[in-house]
Amino acid sequence: MEFEPIVSHIKDELGEVIISTDETSNPMSIEISAKDVLACFNFLHTNDQLYFDMLSCISGVDNGVEAGSMEVVYNLYSIPYDHHLMIKVKLDREKAEIPSVTGIWKTADWLERETYDMYGIQFTDHPDLRRILLTADWEGFPLRKDYEHQDKYRGITVAYDIPSDDDQTEDKDRR
Amino acid sequence: MANDIQYRYEPDNLLKSEPTKYNLEDLKSDELLINLGPQHPSTHGVLRLEILTDNEIIKDVIPHIGYLHRCFEKHAESLPYNQIIPFVDRMDYLAAMNSEHAYALGVEKMLGITEQIPKRVEYIRVLVAELNRLASHFVAIGTYAMDIGAFTPFFWMMRDREHIQRLLEWVSGARMLYNYIWIGGLFYDLPVGFEDRCADFLNYLKPKLKELETLVTDNKIFVDRTADVGVLPLDLAINYGITGPMLRGSGLKFDLRRVDGYSVYPELDFDIPIGEGKMGTKGDCWDRTYVRVMEIHESVKIMQQCLEKLTKEHKRTREFDPQVIVPKKIRPKAQDLYIRAENPKGELGFFFRADGKSDIPFRCKARSCCFVNLSVIAELARGGMIADLVATLGSIDIVLGEVDR
Repeated sequence: MEFEPIVSHIKDELGEVIISTDETSNPMSIEISAKDVLACFNFLHTNDQLYFDMLSCISGVDNGVEAGSMEVVYNLYSIPYDHHLMIKVKLDREKAEIPSVTGIWKTADWLERETYDMYGIQFTDHPDLRRILLTADWEGFPLRKDYEHQDKYRGITVAYDIPSDDDQTEDKDRR
Repeated sequence: MANDIQYRYEPDNLLKSEPTKYNLEDLKSDELLINLGPQHPSTHGVLRLEILTDNEIIKDVIPHIGYLHRCFEKHAESLPYNQIIPFVDRMDYLAAMNSEHAYALGVEKMLGITEQIPKRVEYIRVLVAELNRLASHFVAIGTYAMDIGAFTPFFWMMRDREHIQRLLEWVSGARMLYNYIWIGGLFYDLPVGFEDRCADFLNYLKPKLKELETLVTDNKIFVDRTADVGVLPLDLAINYGITGPMLRGSGLKFDLRRVDGYSVYPELDFDIPIGEGKMGTKGDCWDRTYVRVMEIHESVKIMQQCLEKLTKEHKRTREFDPQVIVPKKIRPKAQDLYIRAENPKGELGFFFRADGKSDIPFRCKARSCCFVNLSVIAELARGGMIADLVATLGSIDIVLGEVDR
């Protein structure tokens, strides 16, 4: 199914859940709000004509402090119908919370844990929301645009000074 | 300075930084918590598994990952598009060409130059990517056989992989991490005489593949060890987002090279092998290995067609410059894009957000196939023995570099 029939199909069944559509993105995307996530995704997953049975990817995006928002981007794909859909959900940066879709796609379990790990976005009703790639006692969420790493982790310095290009040329002269 | 890098040891450091999900105090009688890894040969790298067993039967497996996390996505947010390619190599270091290919396709799509890429460049890309796919499957099959007790296949596979690595070293100058496929082109054309040597290699390989089948997939001990073990039903596989040979092993003819038809794959003739449950149940460990072995045959077929095209239709000429449309400045319009491609291990996806104002991606997310494929391990292992867990884990074919990124 093409993008427009998908959009109109969602509109027919669920009413005005779509905040905006973006046809410049690839695959084309719709934006919905966090409170409609479960109803909308349940519909997309179970509807006979849409049947998005595969959740390819969940990506978090931090729009920065000035914009004050974060986004969660879902990439859905339907194996039998071969159609794609990108869904964006905008969240408040201070209180980023979104319902978990683990109950619909099991893939979401680890992908949401990773998004939480990197952005600190809370996925409510997630069965096991722990950090996944970083250690449990790591401070801060690294992919936020205003992230500043801690100085020490268990006595190990986190960042070392990288010699700049000028230092290296001096070294060469000395040699 | 020496004081700076001292690791301050405290007895509960491990529990604080990577707590186990199950508490020892809460275990019932007969239950046992076993730690496997992170430094264990059968985990293929630095993967740590927390295993809850009831006597000898596994009740739950909790993977602890992240020991090889190198902040790919954070690095990508501070580097221009073309300088990210070496980092992409280091994600799945056994199939770097395939990852580069996927990444380059994505950025080219954002720039809108997909159509302008010369045919010769695309055929070379497919050729080297399929070579690398062979190398990756060789490691997968070789190490898998070693996991479950057969030593010989590993040496045989490594011997044949060595030829591929030397071929690719001749092409790019590196054995594993190539930085050969550039955005809009290639680092360099194929070296003179490469096509002949590659054809020679394929001729050398064909009888070896026959030997491989006798040695591994038809081997009675191997079949006994892998048939009916770690069965992954198709509906569960799709729900878990499993892709690649694992999904095909469960019986679905789904290959992105065909489904999406990216690059020059639509012009090439190849089959998509699937698991049929020949030795046991559909979707067991044997099926997954069988699919990999059959895919090697298909890749050989693809490479022969590429060589045919590269020596006849899209011949090397003196004027041909593979960098002719490599953009000097890579600045895509503001847009979001998700690109996916078939890696040896599954669907490698990249999500890009370009802001249109800089040469650096605003966000670059890698959807790694090994990461997603690994998440199903608990479902596969539950109810089996610990020895079968090792067999199951090997059949998933993970590379920790890509799991942790």
